Amino acid sequence: MAQENDIELLDFWVSPFGQRVRIALAEKGVDYEYKEQDLMNKSEFLLKSNPVYKQIPVLLHGGKPICQSLIIVEYIDEVWSDKPPLLPAEPYARANARFWADFTDKKVYECGTKLWKLKGEEQAAAKKEFIEIFKFLEGELGDKTFFGGETFGFIDVALVPFVAWFYAYETCAKFSIEEVCPKIVAWGKRCMERESVSKTLSDPDKVYEFVLFLKKRFGVE
Amino acid sequence: MAKSEALVLDFWASPFAMRVKIALEEKGVEYETRHEDDLLGNKSELLLKSNPIHNKVPVLLHGDKPVCESLVILSYIDDEWPQPPFLPSSPYDRSVARFWADYVDKKLFEAGGEIWRAQGEATEAGKKELFEVLKNLEGTLGENDYFGGETFGFLDIVIIPLTSWFYAYECLGGFKIEEEFPKLSTWIKRCLQRQSVAKVLPEPVKLLEFVRMIRKMHGLE
Repeated sequence: MAQENDIELLDFWVSPFGQRVRIALAEKGVDYEYKEQDLMNKSEFLLKSNPVYKQIPVLLHGGKPICQSLIIVEYIDEVWSDKPPLLPAEPYARANARFWADFTDKKVYECGTKLWKLKGEEQAAAKKEFIEIFKFLEGELGDKTFFGGETFGFIDVALVPFVAWFYAYETCAKFSIEEVCPKIVAWGKRCMERESVSKTLSDPDKVYEFVLFLKKRFGVE
Repeated sequence: MAKSEALVLDFWASPFAMRVKIALEEKGVEYETRHEDDLLGNKSELLLKSNPIHNKVPVLLHGDKPVCESLVILSYIDDEWPQPPFLPSSPYDRSVARFWADYVDKKLFEAGGEIWRAQGEATEAGKKELFEVLKNLEGTLGENDYFGGETFGFLDIVIIPLTSWFYAYECLGGFKIEEEFPKLSTWIKRCLQRQSVAKVLPEPVKLLEFVRMIRKMHGLE
């Protein structure tokens, strides 16, 4: 039976959405039990904890489930408010952080998936879209250390897990992200200097292996 | 000199823009609206400049600063003008409200769209999906007066504008919300008694006319 303060995370090792939550928990120094899920054979517990989407990540706090990665990150920020905040205090800055995190949610994963799932002209179109998305992000980052300025925050948490996927995207679609968006790549390296990030992000080689596995499963060659 | 400090870039039929207007009314904030007359053909300079990423309404301009994406705008309004609060006070309850707001954004308008943007089998499929969404929402409402519990709040503001489109869905899908979802129907009537909602929501018959006009344009009528 879950105790009042027990924290469990239902997750999948390579999921960038799950990694957002792991990074947030690490930033706040929160202890939790990680429970790897088999997504091809979903557990009763996962289905019960997230009946609407049946997806990871799910954070359980004292047995109560919270779903959707950015909502979970905001929850973590509010509960562990004694630790440095992930969202800024000022309303307009908060709105800006939420806007760009939402942009990441709407655009990055879907477009990235197209890079390995599609071929030929369709893949070329996806590559163009991907570069446009990251140029927007680079515009927002500018010359700042992190998206929030001097401190690592909400937008950084939302986006950084996808950095581990860059190698896979580049290899599948044959381009260099560093060439088109050098500031983003530099930002990614700065984030990796943080323990919360370096200990959480998957090895890019392993992500690429996983993508090859997915390509096989979806019959993409 | 502007009369009021807030400007909403608007479209009369947009349920997303309605959310913003209701929110400002609820907070007692004076605002002006600027209507985008031709969203399909000729978006205004101000819109394109204020929302360069998505080019969509609604946009809230507070002073000169643009805020985009209706849920982000709602959170901004709640942060900037804290009384009366839209979100509940406990982090868990807040995460639940945000979860369902996000669910509505992902599912409700889309399902409705499948009903009116199509015919025959596709409309039937849309109806089935809409019913599933409304069943989930009715489950969340439970025996409460509002989605916020005893008081009109965040989730109520998120959902109520979409109900102005229900009449159009009913006419095209051949069903009655009141028969299928009596609790939701009662909640809709309760919300329509609020000044903010009554003032902002267009007459459902106007939305039916609007939908019929678009259907005609696409050869569906």
